[in-house]
Amino acid sequence: MGKRTIIPFGPQHPVLPEPIHLDLVMEDETVVEAIPSIGYIHRGLEKLVEKKDFIEYVYVAERICGICSFMHGMGYCQSVEHGMGLEIPRRAEYLRTIWAELSRIHSHLLWLGLLADGFGFESLFMHSWRIREKILDIFEATTGGRVIFSVCKVGGTRRDMSNDTLKDIVKTLTNMEAEVKELCDVFVEDYTVKSRTVGVGVLTKQEAHDLGAVGPMGRASGLPSDMRLLGYAAYDDLDFEPIIETAGDSYARTVVRIREIYQAIDLIKQAAAKIPDGEISVKVTGVPNAEIFERLEQPRGEVIYYTKGIGTKFLERVRVRTPTFANVPPMIKTLQGCDLADVPILILTIDPCISCTER
Amino acid sequence: MHENKIIGIEPAELMEKAQKFKDEGYRLVQICVTKVDGFELSYSFDKDMDMTTLRMTIGEEVEIMSISNIFFPAFLYENEMKDLFGVKITNIVLDFNGNLYKVAQKTPMNPKN
Amino acid sequence: MGVFKIGKMIISSMFNKPATLMYPVIARVYTPITRGHIDIAMDGCIFCGICSKRCPTHAIVVEKPTKEWSIARLQCIQCNCCVEVCPTKCLAMANTYSPSVTERSMDTFVQAPKEDVPKAVVDATTDTPTA
Repeated sequence: MGKRTIIPFGPQHPVLPEPIHLDLVMEDETVVEAIPSIGYIHRGLEKLVEKKDFIEYVYVAERICGICSFMHGMGYCQSVEHGMGLEIPRRAEYLRTIWAELSRIHSHLLWLGLLADGFGFESLFMHSWRIREKILDIFEATTGGRVIFSVCKVGGTRRDMSNDTLKDIVKTLTNMEAEVKELCDVFVEDYTVKSRTVGVGVLTKQEAHDLGAVGPMGRASGLPSDMRLLGYAAYDDLDFEPIIETAGDSYARTVVRIREIYQAIDLIKQAAAKIPDGEISVKVTGVPNAEIFERLEQPRGEVIYYTKGIGTKFLERVRVRTPTFANVPPMIKTLQGCDLADVPILILTIDPCISCTER
Repeated sequence: MHENKIIGIEPAELMEKAQKFKDEGYRLVQICVTKVDGFELSYSFDKDMDMTTLRMTIGEEVEIMSISNIFFPAFLYENEMKDLFGVKITNIVLDFNGNLYKVAQKTPMNPKN
Repeated sequence: MGVFKIGKMIISSMFNKPATLMYPVIARVYTPITRGHIDIAMDGCIFCGICSKRCPTHAIVVEKPTKEWSIARLQCIQCNCCVEVCPTKCLAMANTYSPSVTERSMDTFVQAPKEDVPKAVVDATTDTPTA
């Protein structure tokens, strides 16, 4: 039995996008156990609900995370709208769906870049982010901001997209598809990428179910759960199947996310073809007086929004359970038994968004 | 249509209900606490996209057994509840003893003053 | 076994123009609806204070007695709420970002007092209108 040492990993580390700390218990070069420690970016956003009324809280909810920012705003608005019994116009639901799927594409392209940077392939990282810039330009042209959109509100959306804009978006995405295919072929077929990801961090289907893996992490191990099948927003009109792989290693997780990019481009084309005309918001009267659990599918997995209103304009409780919070136990499990050099890759395959986790 | 229901239970029934859910193949989704007069705890479980939430209301001094022996991912939620609200939970599998979040004031969501 | 699959992308990027912009030598092109900073047309302001009440971060301060309207640029989150609720539509969102500063300060705008329209002044001595 080799000598055991403890290596502290993080919170400052070049490969981590956000601060998380792990104490790695090592035996020679193999990790025996990993003890996580979070709390470096806790901002107490859930306590702000006492000071901002339920209409203003949308701006706080959007700023929980920079990458999944639109879906946080959308989840909060949907939860409050269900609690108040508001029916938002169909056009607003389609617009939210289109923006949500664009968010998914940009988040997965960002993740692909970070993964490539994680094993040192910097030129692939730069090319991924170069392609992602086209999506950010679409965001700026339609909402006014590249990262924080401020376009969702309780009752609908604040901005509209004309049909010409939608046609331009579909054209940009179709032109982008060829570049995305060229990029993703490198991830899927290149020998150097495969040697770092195939067989690394295997999570079997039973383990994924017991540990509560959500999102692409769970779907890569064979769990068929995708919250978009619940049919919120415009997803009940769109035609898609959840993407499932069975191998459960890092390569499978990469393939799931790449296939989701193609699926998202297809969903946007379907939504842009089917979008009805009409209003984009309804007037909000009254205050929320019910508690609602709302589930959405963010790029990283299943997010739960719990809002509780008690009849005043300040909500009593807003609780966000983000997908990275649920993916930390599977991450600890995959780290047991891996090599020290694989630790950054395994942390990156859960797509960690620590600012969402700690709010 | 997928269900989403809330069931009220007593604190004593929590462990056996959690074990029953585990045997039936449910997965733990989240654990949440709200400060009312006392604490209102919600444990959510999911199977095949139908979500069931167990809801119990307890006083501030009541001690609860942790369900992390049955559902391992519960340790994160329970540590967060202990840190931020001061809910008394015993026997957590991996207990951070109040150090999960580095906060300036103990139990900031439930201030003692 | 694919080796050097990225070769095509690398070789074509040797011949394409750079993907980045030589900022600040070349100016960045903003879209018409980019949320940059708030501009106010002071002549239209009636000092009702609705923008200040609706601002989620309390960045706007309106003083009716001294006819001043101030905004803390660093606290403004460019959410566009004030522009939407202004009753006289004197607020607008300009599409360039506010400049970087080294300390927090408020940008204050004062409404110039309205001048009376000069009526024709009859000169007492000569009986002809002047100016």
